[in-house]
Amino acid sequence: MSQRADEKGTWLFALPVLLVLLWTVVYPNASIIVGSFEHGLRSWRQFASSPTDIEALRTTLIISVGSVIASVAVGLPLAFLLTRVEFRGRRILSAVATLPAALPPLVGVVAFLFLYGESGVVTRGVQALLGLDHAPWTLNGAGAIIFVHAYTMYVYVFLFVSAGLERLDTSLDEAAAGLGASRSFRLRRVTLPLLTPAIAGSMLLVFMSALGSFSAPYIFGGGLRVLSTQIVASKLNGAMGLAYVETTVLAVGAIAALILLRWFERRRTYAVSSKGSVVRTRLHSRSARALAPIAGVILVVILVLPHAMVVLVAFARDGTWTTQVLPPEYTFDNFRRLATNSDLWVPIWNSVSMTAIATVLDIVVCLLAAYLLVLRRFRMRWLLATLVALPWAIPGTAIGLGLASTFDRTSLAGARVLLVGTFWILPLAYFVRGVPLVSSATEGSLRQMDPSLEDAARGLGASWWLTMRRVVLPASRPGLVAGAMLAAIAAVGEFVASIVLFTQANRPISMEILSQLRNFAFGTAAAFSVVLIALVLAITLIARWAEGRWSRAEAVVIQ
Amino acid sequence: MSGATPHLVLDRLTRRFSEARAAVDAVSLEIAAGELVALIGASGSGKTTTLRMVAGYEIPDGGAVVLDGRDITSLPPQRRQFGMVFQHYALFPHLTVGQNVAFGLEARGVARSERMSRAAEALAGVGLADAEGRAIQSLSGGEQQRVALARALIIEPPVLLLDEPLSNLDPTLRRSTREELRSTLRRLGVTALFVTHDQEDAFAVADRVALLAAGRLLQVGTAEALYDRPANRDVAAFIGRSTLVPGTLDGDRIAIQLGGDLRTLRAAPAPDLPSRGPATAVLRPDALGFSPPNGPDAWPGVVQERRFAGALLAYRVGVAGDVDLELHSTVRDVQPGDTVWVRVTREPVAVVA
Repeated sequence: MSQRADEKGTWLFALPVLLVLLWTVVYPNASIIVGSFEHGLRSWRQFASSPTDIEALRTTLIISVGSVIASVAVGLPLAFLLTRVEFRGRRILSAVATLPAALPPLVGVVAFLFLYGESGVVTRGVQALLGLDHAPWTLNGAGAIIFVHAYTMYVYVFLFVSAGLERLDTSLDEAAAGLGASRSFRLRRVTLPLLTPAIAGSMLLVFMSALGSFSAPYIFGGGLRVLSTQIVASKLNGAMGLAYVETTVLAVGAIAALILLRWFERRRTYAVSSKGSVVRTRLHSRSARALAPIAGVILVVILVLPHAMVVLVAFARDGTWTTQVLPPEYTFDNFRRLATNSDLWVPIWNSVSMTAIATVLDIVVCLLAAYLLVLRRFRMRWLLATLVALPWAIPGTAIGLGLASTFDRTSLAGARVLLVGTFWILPLAYFVRGVPLVSSATEGSLRQMDPSLEDAARGLGASWWLTMRRVVLPASRPGLVAGAMLAAIAAVGEFVASIVLFTQANRPISMEILSQLRNFAFGTAAAFSVVLIALVLAITLIARWAEGRWSRAEAVVIQ
Repeated sequence: MSGATPHLVLDRLTRRFSEARAAVDAVSLEIAAGELVALIGASGSGKTTTLRMVAGYEIPDGGAVVLDGRDITSLPPQRRQFGMVFQHYALFPHLTVGQNVAFGLEARGVARSERMSRAAEALAGVGLADAEGRAIQSLSGGEQQRVALARALIIEPPVLLLDEPLSNLDPTLRRSTREELRSTLRRLGVTALFVTHDQEDAFAVADRVALLAAGRLLQVGTAEALYDRPANRDVAAFIGRSTLVPGTLDGDRIAIQLGGDLRTLRAAPAPDLPSRGPATAVLRPDALGFSPPNGPDAWPGVVQERRFAGALLAYRVGVAGDVDLELHSTVRDVQPGDTVWVRVTREPVAVVA
């Protein structure tokens, strides 16, 4: 096939993918930027002269940087410990290390409230233990938000760095040792530089997530203002111009960070041979051997506690838990109500169906996008690469507001469809938020495939479709499954965009939890949280099953 | 070897990955200063594991590594500083060629200007002058091999270890590179232990060759010694080509029977062989030749196969008793199907159990 004919064929796929992404990602956000200038510079002046907005901007940045530092401080050592060192309890710790990521953002925040809040179990426990009059701490302000962020977001650092460490060619480390390099010199000069893409990538992810984080500031903020909560406040006050400006500032800041870190990441990317095999060293010193399991147990408890707390409260009788350390009365009522009251079933069914729709869309669009990005050459490649990464940087609140202001009426000339107030607006939002997760994971898998495999298959006379099905799809499978799993987990517990877009009819579980909390129905809220955790678990199991089913194909394609 | 104390001693080195079988089973080897020793063997014979135990990457389950009389078995690799050259070179992808070569000096805290000038020198020594600023990714396979060598040599290792250093090169490059390798190591007087599965590489580079099979050391000696005086059948079969013919040993004579005729050849028996009794003669293709018809001590046979191999032709000749003799000859006008006469042209022949 000639080069030109090849490019023509590529456009057949590239064009629809580009159009979908331009329409759902770029258009809504562009209309927000346009909207911020609707009254000339008035909204911008209003923003610049508002001390609360300036303070919100400053606080947002402080919290984001603090979250990155805290997540790296926890995730990096833990990744090294679990991939490089063999000690008793390592397997259990590995198993629970990623647990916080499985906790939907709102549920995590609720669990922290139950645990470390003013009337939380740990707080009351410490208070009782020390015989204090007051709670030993209060869970609000920037510190509390960074604390919650570190708990949920260190997982990104942990996962990226662990994967990087596992891919690292161990002979590089051995070569350095053989040349006389000490352990710390090797770490500084070989291991960490080679892990830079992984570390930078995860820092990027934490920064973006913290920048757009809504649940923690919304619940723990107290008097503290951050941009994401300001946007919702401005919208509720009807100050749409100001909301657009705040959204633009937040999104532009995040996109600037994305571009910066992408550039940095690209400068430091190497093809690392996949020959590495992880060798875990045993702990040599006796004290380290004795301390490791204890430290491991403490970590496991800290990691499991939020889940355990949510489960515990789900069995607490609503209204009985007031000043005691632990809820005094337990009952199945909360779940019984959930099972029998069909009204309470609605949010669960909503979340499941909307997640399924969004995830299927993500899989189709992102598989094509990753295929085009890795294995095809065409002129608009850079645009596609930008479009799939963009929703990463754009905070959920901004995505929500963009969709709300774009799909609020049907207009053929404006390429607008009325979706606000309908069921479909939330699956669309979930789809957009899932795009970067699925496409980057799939891209990662495809990049590990030897590109000559596709040529080889075509050279053997396989049709495009057969090549796609037998070579490209199996090679992209691990990333596709992992990415789709992450997207589905994010969608099923989605809260940030939902709070901007939901209606009574399509309210997802997260909104139901919030409304139950507002009614002080802690038990019911916790029961919904348990359902959410169960759904996350189910998604994980489905992903595992899908992976197992296809693993033989993978073994052939990726040596 | 010379009477001087050996530089490096492997004393009954043993490594087990499973209970059932030792990957390396009590391997003992002495290497003199400035000597080039090749460890050869099939895949899975334990040669790389042996090398990794010498380097300190693998901790032996038994035995010791002794350097200049000092037991270094428990020293970590960074304290041994043997500067290994890896099969895939293990060049640091994030560093330039110059930074790679200077790495060992950087680890020792040598000042930047000095280490870069010494790296430039080392690169010039392997024929890569002015390559300091280049990226690793821009190097060809042969260049990468030379950078890896320069990187290992710059730290002046007490023993240079090389793990299949030539296996990633194409045949032409491989031949020239191994000559370069030998002359560089000779020039610098480096002591080296290198692992290869290719006996040609081993013969071309090493002073002595150690043959491993299934974790055990079968024989150590010069290439010629292994070829002409194999210690047992396995060595005879692994090193070079040969036809093994059963016979009866009697002191320095072996009687073999091919067809009707009993022939007596001068024998060079393996050391641990009883001086009398059944034994096996190792007939090398280059120790056999064509003879005039009905020549003395010659066997008649029919040419089964003729293969052109450049300077020589390789023939397979079927003689009586279903034995195929392999022989190398410069004679070209013999064709498959021809009846020929074959005799032993070089004696004594090696005899193994």
